[in-house]
Formats: sequence, structure tokens, C-alpha cells
Amino acid sequence: MMIDLGKYAVPVLSAYGASIAILTLLIWQSLSRSAKVKRDLQEYERKQRSDG
Amino acid sequence: MSERRSLWEYANPRKFMGLSGAVLPWIAIAGGVLLAVGLIWGFFFTPDDYRQGATVKIIYLHVPSALMAINAWFMMLVASLIWLIRRHHVSALAARAAAPVGVAMTIIALVTGAIWGQPMWGTWWVWDPRLTSFLILFLFYLGYIALWSAVENDDTAADLTSVLCIVGSVFAMLSRYAVNFWNQGLHQGASLSLDKEENVADIFYHPLLVSIGGFVLIFVALVLLRTRTEIRARQLRAYMARERMQ
Repeated sequence: MMIDLGKYAVPVLSAYGASIAILTLLIWQSLSRSAKVKRDLQEYERKQRSDG
Repeated sequence: MSERRSLWEYANPRKFMGLSGAVLPWIAIAGGVLLAVGLIWGFFFTPDDYRQGATVKIIYLHVPSALMAINAWFMMLVASLIWLIRRHHVSALAARAAAPVGVAMTIIALVTGAIWGQPMWGTWWVWDPRLTSFLILFLFYLGYIALWSAVENDDTAADLTSVLCIVGSVFAMLSRYAVNFWNQGLHQGASLSLDKEENVADIFYHPLLVSIGGFVLIFVALVLLRTRTEIRARQLRAYMARERMQ
């Protein structure tokens, strides 16, 4: 379904595109850092246990 | 007999991790659904404005992001004050976690505002009181994040950034009320008001409220996720510091 945005198609679509891109980047960065820190902590704790 | 629970219990990292882990997926799902519904409703199922044409559809991104950019700073202010007064680490880490989310909201508000302003005002940017105070708020966000990274000791960093947050609150307040204080510039007054006469028309208002709900819940979900990450990162730093001392 496409709607007619007339002469404002470029500003409207670019506003939506830029906002969705920024939100996606923020969510991706938050999830990837969360996974990395969680992995590092688990790895450290595992190593500590195995070292006694 | 009912047991009275205190909010301060969740200042304990272990309790915070338990509760946040349980509610985070639900808040994230609710936020995603509300945002999708608000944006699809606003984009596809609302008419053009008689003066602004199709550019009115930018309101569903610009208003919620601007609202969250300002309110994120106030959330950081409350968390910073709790840190300064009660020395709860979780609150300092929550303030730190909220800053990048606030920056993203500020960038969205500035970008969508510029894109909207060009066809409506004939310019991408103007040194109007609201826009200028918003830009200063953005710079405060960057300074806040830089200060956290620059100071090695977590407690000292939390102290310094809390003071910066208190100072920056003046600009967060100005971003919100600049139009009322100076009553000049190109930017219009608030799009949402308790006074029905000042509100946007109902046909735009309802999807806007849904979109705002989505932005709020996504903000909460991201702050919870990032606070959990900061708690784990702090724990890892503490382990490594202890190992270095042995």
C-alpha cells in the first residue's frame, strides 16, 4: 500500500528513514554490547572457578 | 499479613537484575507494538494537514523523540540526585545507561525538525530559542558521556557527571519552555496540551499519543537493558581490579 505524499514525499520519507535507521542502530548497539559484556563476565567467572 | 516492600530494595543490584530481567521482554514487546501501530496509523491512515500537507506525518517522530530527549535528561537528573544523596550504584549506572538513548532521541528530534523545517520555514536551521537550547542540550549529552569515559574511578565519574547533569537540567528546562519564556522564533508552541483548544486536531492526536507511548516504552526497555549491561561491566571491572591487587 503506497500513499500519495505529493511534493513532500522526499522530506517525509527521509525523516522516517533517518529515524528508523537511528533507532535500529541504537537497539543493535545496546543488544550487541549487552551480549559481549555478559559473555565476558561469564567467561571470567568460569575461568576463576577452573583456576580454583 | 502483607509485607511492605520498599522501592529502595531495587537499589540492590541483584534484586534489580531479577526484576528487570523479568519485565524487560514485555516492555520491549509492548513498546515495539505501540510504536509500529502509532507510526503505521499516522503514516497511512491520517489525512494531510490543510497548511502543512503531508509533512504533518513527521509529527509522529518529531514530537515523541523531542519529548523523550528532554525527559531522558530529567530521568538522569533524578537518578543522579539519588546517587548524590543515597549513594546507590544502580541509580548512577541507570543515569549513565540513559545518556546514549537520550542522545539518539535528541538526534532524531534535531534531524526530523530540520527536515520538517526546510519546506515549512524555508530553512533547515534557525537560531531560535527552542532550537538553540535543544542543540545545547545535545552538547550536554555528549559532554556527559565523554566525562563518564574520561574518569577512571566509577564513583568519581558518577559524582562529576551528576553535577554536570544538574547544570544541564537548566537547558533541558529551556528546551521545553523556551517558546513560552521568549515568545519569539519560528518554532511553534507545544503540540500537546491539557487545554483542548491548543492541542493538535483529534485525528492527529490519537496516533500521536500511541507513538509517544511506543517511544516511552522503548526508552524504558533500552535503559533497563543498558543498566543491566553497566551493572555487569562494573562487576567485571571490580573482579579484574581485585585480581590486579593480589
